[in-house]
Formats: sequence, C-alpha cells, structure tokens
Amino acid sequence: MKRLLLFTWVIFSAIGSFAQEQNTFGGQLHGNFQLDGQLYLRDESIDPTGEFYPDERFLGQGYANFVYSDGNFSSGLRYENYQNVMLGFPEGYRGEGITYRYLKFKQDGLDITIGNFYEQFGTGMVFRSYEERGLGYDNAMDGVRIKVNPVSGLSLKAVMGRQRFYFEKSPGLLRGIDAEYNLSKELFPKLDSAGLRWTVGGSYMSKYQRANDPFLVLPENVAAGGVRTQVSKGPWAMQIEYAYKANDPSADNGYIYKDGNGILTNVSYSKNGLGIIAGVKRIDNMSFRTDRNGSTIDMLVNYLSPTAQVHTYALPALYQYATQINGEEGIQLEANYKFKRNTALGGKYGMLLSINYSVVQSIDKDYVDPALDTLRTLQGYYSDPLIRGDIPYFHDFNITLSKKINTKLKLNAMYLNLFYNRSVLEDGLGDESILLNPDGQKLMSGDIFIVESLYKVRRKHYLRTEFQHLSTRDDRGSMAMALAEYSIAPHWFFSVQDIYNYGNPDEAQRLHYPLASVVYTSGTSRFQLSYGRQQRGIFCVGGVCRVVPPSNGVSFSLTSSF
Amino acid sequence: MKNLLTALSLLFATSTLVAQEIPSTNLKTLDGQSINIQDAISDEGPTVISFWATWCKPCIKELTAFMDYAIDLEEEVGAKVLAVSIDDSRNSARIAPMVQGQGWEYTVLLDENQDLKRNLGIVNVPFTLVLNKEGEVVWKHSGYSPGDEEELAEVVEEVAAGYDPSH
Repeated sequence: MKRLLLFTWVIFSAIGSFAQEQNTFGGQLHGNFQLDGQLYLRDESIDPTGEFYPDERFLGQGYANFVYSDGNFSSGLRYENYQNVMLGFPEGYRGEGITYRYLKFKQDGLDITIGNFYEQFGTGMVFRSYEERGLGYDNAMDGVRIKVNPVSGLSLKAVMGRQRFYFEKSPGLLRGIDAEYNLSKELFPKLDSAGLRWTVGGSYMSKYQRANDPFLVLPENVAAGGVRTQVSKGPWAMQIEYAYKANDPSADNGYIYKDGNGILTNVSYSKNGLGIIAGVKRIDNMSFRTDRNGSTIDMLVNYLSPTAQVHTYALPALYQYATQINGEEGIQLEANYKFKRNTALGGKYGMLLSINYSVVQSIDKDYVDPALDTLRTLQGYYSDPLIRGDIPYFHDFNITLSKKINTKLKLNAMYLNLFYNRSVLEDGLGDESILLNPDGQKLMSGDIFIVESLYKVRRKHYLRTEFQHLSTRDDRGSMAMALAEYSIAPHWFFSVQDIYNYGNPDEAQRLHYPLASVVYTSGTSRFQLSYGRQQRGIFCVGGVCRVVPPSNGVSFSLTSSF
Repeated sequence: MKNLLTALSLLFATSTLVAQEIPSTNLKTLDGQSINIQDAISDEGPTVISFWATWCKPCIKELTAFMDYAIDLEEEVGAKVLAVSIDDSRNSARIAPMVQGQGWEYTVLLDENQDLKRNLGIVNVPFTLVLNKEGEVVWKHSGYSPGDEEELAEVVEEVAAGYDPSH
C-alpha cells in the first residue's frame, strides 16, 4: 500500500508539472482494458466425470494498463483481477492487485527504467522478459534497466532484478548486459557504399539462486552468454546467433551438470514479389529459469522460438508445435511468391503462393551408464551436433494459394501434411524414456485441406466461409469443420461454426462442437459474446503453449483502449 | 485503492485536454537501422500506422486488402502507411520475405520489444491509427473484419481534407 501511495504521488506530481507546462510539453496518457468471463455449463458428453467443470460456475478475469508519457518521462501501471482465473490459465493467478508499475526517464543520454520492464537480448536465447496475456505468460522484470548509446551505432543495455511469478517474485536474481553495434556509415563508409548493413552483438546474463541441497552441490551463480550477427546486402540477409549456458542442474534437465548451448541461423532473400527464408536451429539443454525447480511456463529467463509456422486456422492449430527446451534440432523453409497481375497464373489480380516446410527432431544423446553414478549425475549424456537425433518430434509441410477471382470474390486454399509426436508434445516425455520403449510412442499424422472464401455482398458487407477437413486415424481421428462469418463494417460481426469429430475411435466421442459469436466494435472498443462447446486442445503463442480443457458455456470479452 | 482511482480519474480528465500524439519510441527498419517513430510520420499528409505480426492472420488480411486503397491514397492525398510489426526478433527475420511475397509496398518498421505497442496502450493486433499532418491521432481502430479497409480509406480521405473523424 505504501508503495502504491508513493507511486500515486509520483503520477500526481507528473500531472502537476504537465498541467503547468501543458503548452510546452503536452503529456500523453494511453491505456487499455480487457475483461473476460465465462459461465460454464455442465456437459456430460465432453466431460463425463465433471473433472473440468469448475466449482465457481462463473469465472472472470480482467486487467487495465495505463501509460503516461511526457517528453523524456514516462510511467505506467497495470492492475490485474482474477475472480477466479479462467479454465486453462495457470492457477497461480488468483486474486487481484497491481502487478506492474514503472517510472522511466531519459537524461544526458541515459534511458533509465525503475520498477517493472520487458526487455530482450538478441532473439532472446539468453534473456527475454515478455508477456503474452492470452497465454497467461508474464515474466516481467522488477528492478532497474539502463540503456545508453555512447557512440553512433552502439547501444548498451544493463538489467538487474527479479522476475514476476504470478503475484510473487522469483527466488533468483538476474544481472545482465547486452551490447549491439551497428557498423555505421560514418566509421565504415566502404561498407555503406557496398550496400552492406552489418550488426554485431553480444550478451551476458547471470542468475543467482541460493542453494541448500543435502545431496548436490548446486551452483548458486549460473552464467549464460550469447553472440550474434546480422548482415544484409540488397535482397540477401543472414542472421546467426549462438548462446551458451554454464552448468545449471534443474528439474527440467534432471539435475545434471552438463552445460547448454544453442545456435540459430537464418538466410533470406526477398525481392520483387519473392521472399524465401531458410532457418536452422539446434538447442541442447537450454532450459534457463530463475528457479531451478520451476516448471511449465514459470520464471523462464530465455526464450527459444519454435522452428515451425504458427497456424491460425482451427484444425491445424489443434496440433501446434511447442519448443522443447531440453534439446531439439530443426529446419524451416518458407517461400512466398506473388504471381504478377496479367500473367497466365496471376490472372487479372495476381495470385499468392506460399510454401512452408518445417521439421523438428530430438538431438543426439549418448546417455551415461546409470551404473557410473557420479559421472551420470554430472553429465547425464553426451551429444554430437553432427549426428541426427532418433526421435521425430514434428513436421509440417503446407502450401497455400490465395487469389482474387473478381471484384466480389477472393479464395484461399491450403493443403497441409502434419506429423506430431504426442508423447513429447502433449505428455512431455523425455527422450530417454521414449528410447526405452519406442513402440509406446503416441504419434499422430494427418492431412488437412482448407478452402476459405470471402464474398463481398455489397459495400461494407462481407461473407466469409471456411471448410476444413482433417483426415487421420490417430488421436481423436478425422474431423470436419464449417464456418460462416458475416461482417458489416465497421461495427458488427456474426460468426457460426461447427467442428464434427466424426472419425473419433471412441464412438461416444463423435461429437459436434458448435460455437456462435457476435462481436460489436466501436473504434477501439470491442465486445464479444459467444456460446458453444470448446474442444480440449493446446493453445500456443510463439512456441509456448498451455493446455485448454474442454468446456461448454457462454463467454464474453470486452476490450477497450484509449 | 481510493487514491489510485482518484489519480487515474484525474489522469483521464487531464489527458483529454491535449490531442494524442505518438510518444517518442525507437523502432527498427528492415535492415536493422534504428529509427524514431516520430521521424517516420509524414508532416505533409495523413499517416496510417497499422500494427501487425507475421502470425496474425487478420492483420495480413487487412494489410493485403488495404494495399489497393493505399496506392491510390498515396497518389491522391499524399498518405503514408507505416506497417509496424510487433514480431519478436526471432520472427523478424521472416518479415522481409513475407512482405515481398505478399507484394506489399508499405514502409515496414519493427517494434521488437513491443515498446510502441505498450506506449500506445494497445491490447491486441491488428490495431490501426490515423494521424493528421500535425501528427495528432485522429482515429483508432482495433481488430479487423472484412470491409474495415473501406472505412479506413474514407477516414484517410476525410483527414486529408482537414476533417476530424473523431468528432
């Protein structure tokens, strides 16, 4: 409460100065608000035993953010409220309070933030603090951040603090620095005249967590570092990032002392309607948390992005890839091409073609014999980066065509071939237990076809339809889906959809999953009301996933911002 | 709690006195150069700032649908469109190939740490703002449904003609 009062006082004084000097400065206040709720209905066909049916019947949660900025000063806060947290979100969110507040100012070339902040070094392999509200993910830092640009092209960042852990803080501390240098025109005129853009960077992050284990001598300070570079010339661009982490026994890796490393590279070409990107990634034992006993999405220090496309169509989204932080290797290829207008394939309006392929598997692991007790505790396994891992985790090949047929109609068609290792991605089994019983793996492979159309009924009136079909004999079996949406710009939006799981191996589970929604939008405010049945599934953003239980009910969502 | 509410309501009250502008925030260009959003805004005509991400289907639909209008608006009323991606820096490598593959001709900027998104109080993408040539925010819209691009094009024309669509 005391801190809150102090904060309020600071805002007040900021307003005071702003009110006096309004003509000179003119502060800006922005904010947003979101409220979600669901009335759950008991549905015995999707949940026979009632294990997912909440005692509260109605669950609701919301938050509001405020950011005030005036020239070189800014401040903000967020209030969060869970009465109680909705199904599928981490249960650590319980109650209400101010979970995020900060003050920030720029003075003499220094950019200083005190309180909470989000930051990342490079692609985040060593450090990324961010929030993803739809996922319930928030590892905001609470501490101090200093950013400075001492010379042209050079930017330095230093951070220190603890991470958010729901309504508490992580037990461990973080201290880190990052430097990025953009080889500037002034100092390297030759690079510039050759059309070359070159950036190099490096980062270092150290965490401290007290250790008091009766059996293991645990490292209290764990360091991680990374180097990266990005070069581009004309249509070509290349990125490489390498990260290393010192020994960090944790619940994730089974308390072994092996160090971790990761590498991420991308090469891309983009010019005149053609874009191609190829990426390779390998990570080995890169779980990094401010609590060595942490699990799921709690207190992660770094971010390891997935080498897979993120799908937004409903059926492919049932089988999304989640990054395996203990080790994985994968490649991703993506090509987009726009067939020009007035060509044979392009027709009058042109046509878009995109092809995506990604494949991910385990890394090679040569396990130390459990009989060599001490050595096993120390090392766990040896891994040779040049040897392919044995366990396939995931693959996705898809091809999409989009074409405007005439002034009224647009069509989109997609074919997707999918492989998904449920033992790894849903059950979270480790490589070693899978290798002991490879026949026990739950695998899923299937083909998905999607046709989407957008029809302009008249000015500002549009009808959008989707037909999706998944054919598979694995997991829940084949499904068909139909969706129709009618929108009247700029305010109204109506949607009905049904997924029919007609191929479920369990006949009692061959169910329909209907869902109807109405959305009203006015400027930056949006109200959504939905009624229907939701399948169990996995909801992912950026390779970080949470499991969503099946539910039936009426839900609403209100968002607004100013 | 009461104090907080008072503070917030006061903030509300004072903020309406001044037209909203875009807070000074550093973004990146596609080739990795740092640029302040305030330097990217046009002072000769309306500026449209559209927040998007490579994983956001409605965003891509909006930008694709608006492309036809954007070409005309640029020629007729000198409008400038900034497509600000909120992708994290891993995904940012995918942006240039995607923009080219979609055939977009927008100025694409990267808000990798989502600083600008947060400074503007934006919840979700897509989110679109229209600025007049004085740099004041005169129109905002969240979400995308087909047909919204027609509304947006009308707003840009009104702003170019000197009307304020928020009134």
